[in-house]
Amino acid sequence: MLKTTPLNATHRAAGARMVDFGGWDMPVHYGSQVEEHHAVRREAGLFDVSHMLAVDVSGAGAREFLRRAVANNVDKLKAAGKALYTCMLNERGGVIDDLIVYFIREGEYRIVVNAGTADKDLAWLSSLAKQGNAQVRLEPRRDLAMIAIQGPRARETFWSVHPEAKAATQELKPFSAAPAGELFVARTGYTGEDGFEIMVRASEAPRLWERLVAAGARPCGLGARDTLRLEAGMNLYGQDMDENVSPLDAGLAWTVDLSPGRDFVGRAALESHPARMQFAGLLLLDAGGVLRAHQKVETAHGEGEITSGTFSPTIGKSIALARLPLAAAAGETVHVRVRDKLLAALVVKPPFVRNGKILVTQTTTHKESA
Amino acid sequence: MKTPQELRYTASHEWVRREPDGTVSVGITDHAQEQLGDIVFVEAPQAGRKVSAGEAVGVVESVKAASDIYAPVAGEIVGANPALTDTPEKVNEDAYGAWIYRVKPANPADIDKLLDAAAYEKAAAA
Repeated sequence: MLKTTPLNATHRAAGARMVDFGGWDMPVHYGSQVEEHHAVRREAGLFDVSHMLAVDVSGAGAREFLRRAVANNVDKLKAAGKALYTCMLNERGGVIDDLIVYFIREGEYRIVVNAGTADKDLAWLSSLAKQGNAQVRLEPRRDLAMIAIQGPRARETFWSVHPEAKAATQELKPFSAAPAGELFVARTGYTGEDGFEIMVRASEAPRLWERLVAAGARPCGLGARDTLRLEAGMNLYGQDMDENVSPLDAGLAWTVDLSPGRDFVGRAALESHPARMQFAGLLLLDAGGVLRAHQKVETAHGEGEITSGTFSPTIGKSIALARLPLAAAAGETVHVRVRDKLLAALVVKPPFVRNGKILVTQTTTHKESA
Repeated sequence: MKTPQELRYTASHEWVRREPDGTVSVGITDHAQEQLGDIVFVEAPQAGRKVSAGEAVGVVESVKAASDIYAPVAGEIVGANPALTDTPEKVNEDAYGAWIYRVKPANPADIDKLLDAAAYEKAAAA
């Protein structure tokens, strides 16, 4: 029996193609994944992300608890509403999940974790709290739905539906959040475009969704969400990293705070194992297929592997995220094994696309390395 | 699902049309293109290649996934649809117009053994 979000009937009524996504019955597209992708880059798109789980972390020991539980440092969160992207690691330094921590006020945080890992995350956090005798409460918020509205026209579309929320949210900086009436509005997303992620009471979600659609936002499925995040160079848990991958090998070193004086789970493992591979982008130069996860990459410095690949609707070429030998450099040409062929691809630094603009080109210092 | 009566079909979602010159055109069904989503790459077999029935001879890739295309009957490949190199999305727009390759059957009677429209619809719905 698949789990459903509060918007399930809304998706079905709109004719969405539904798929089993980690045990959840979710829309993959509503007709054309590519058109949905373009809507987000050019106008505004709407995503049901209610399968992800918000967990309120509160209590006198909440800060101390999160300082230990996650690899980035919640001490960076000083202003109310500020958000932090981080990994939660196991003792071996592998990634249990990636998540966002919102600082509500002292002693009160909200974290948002992935759908497929939510149960495992809760069990892990509970056991950590018990072990450390932490003064902390963990409250899963399945009573909340989450709707992401993304694209250059996302914010104004939201304000046209909720004018009373404008005052509370128009000054929001990227990666921060604020309550607006019954809503919790964050200027975050997974597309490389401006926009909001909105938490709303589950019972209110269908009405909010319908009103945003009526105001011009296009419903988008998980298919477009994946091509958008890949163009934006954002990692997907379970594909670009997992419990057996160090954040240092997944392009996530920038989210790990190794400054002295804080002992977080996984720190010792990370310090004894520096990065073995680098995480880079690939732009397919040859025709002949689409880059996909698990394809082997041949470089002048040894072998690598694609962790996520797709066809980029914005660029019109195939792109990928890949783990490559440390010596491989942006601008080099490498070769990807696609079925029985070796196709040339250019090593680039992600993101590929941000705010509607293509940031990588084929004319980057083109150096043959093979 | 659109399933023209005059065509033959395979359980692996190819459609087959007899051409006046004795060859057959092969494409993927409307049901198949809908399952795959936006198609961005089509690889057809080379002319002159001898193929056996059920052999994987080409690939259709959508944004989402890669899917093999199979030979419905044994024979020799006689050509590929050149339009699909630059406009693979034609397979989404008109699945039964966008033939992918043509094959000259070794034994034309083999075509009669393929599924008819009703049998294909039943197989695809299963």
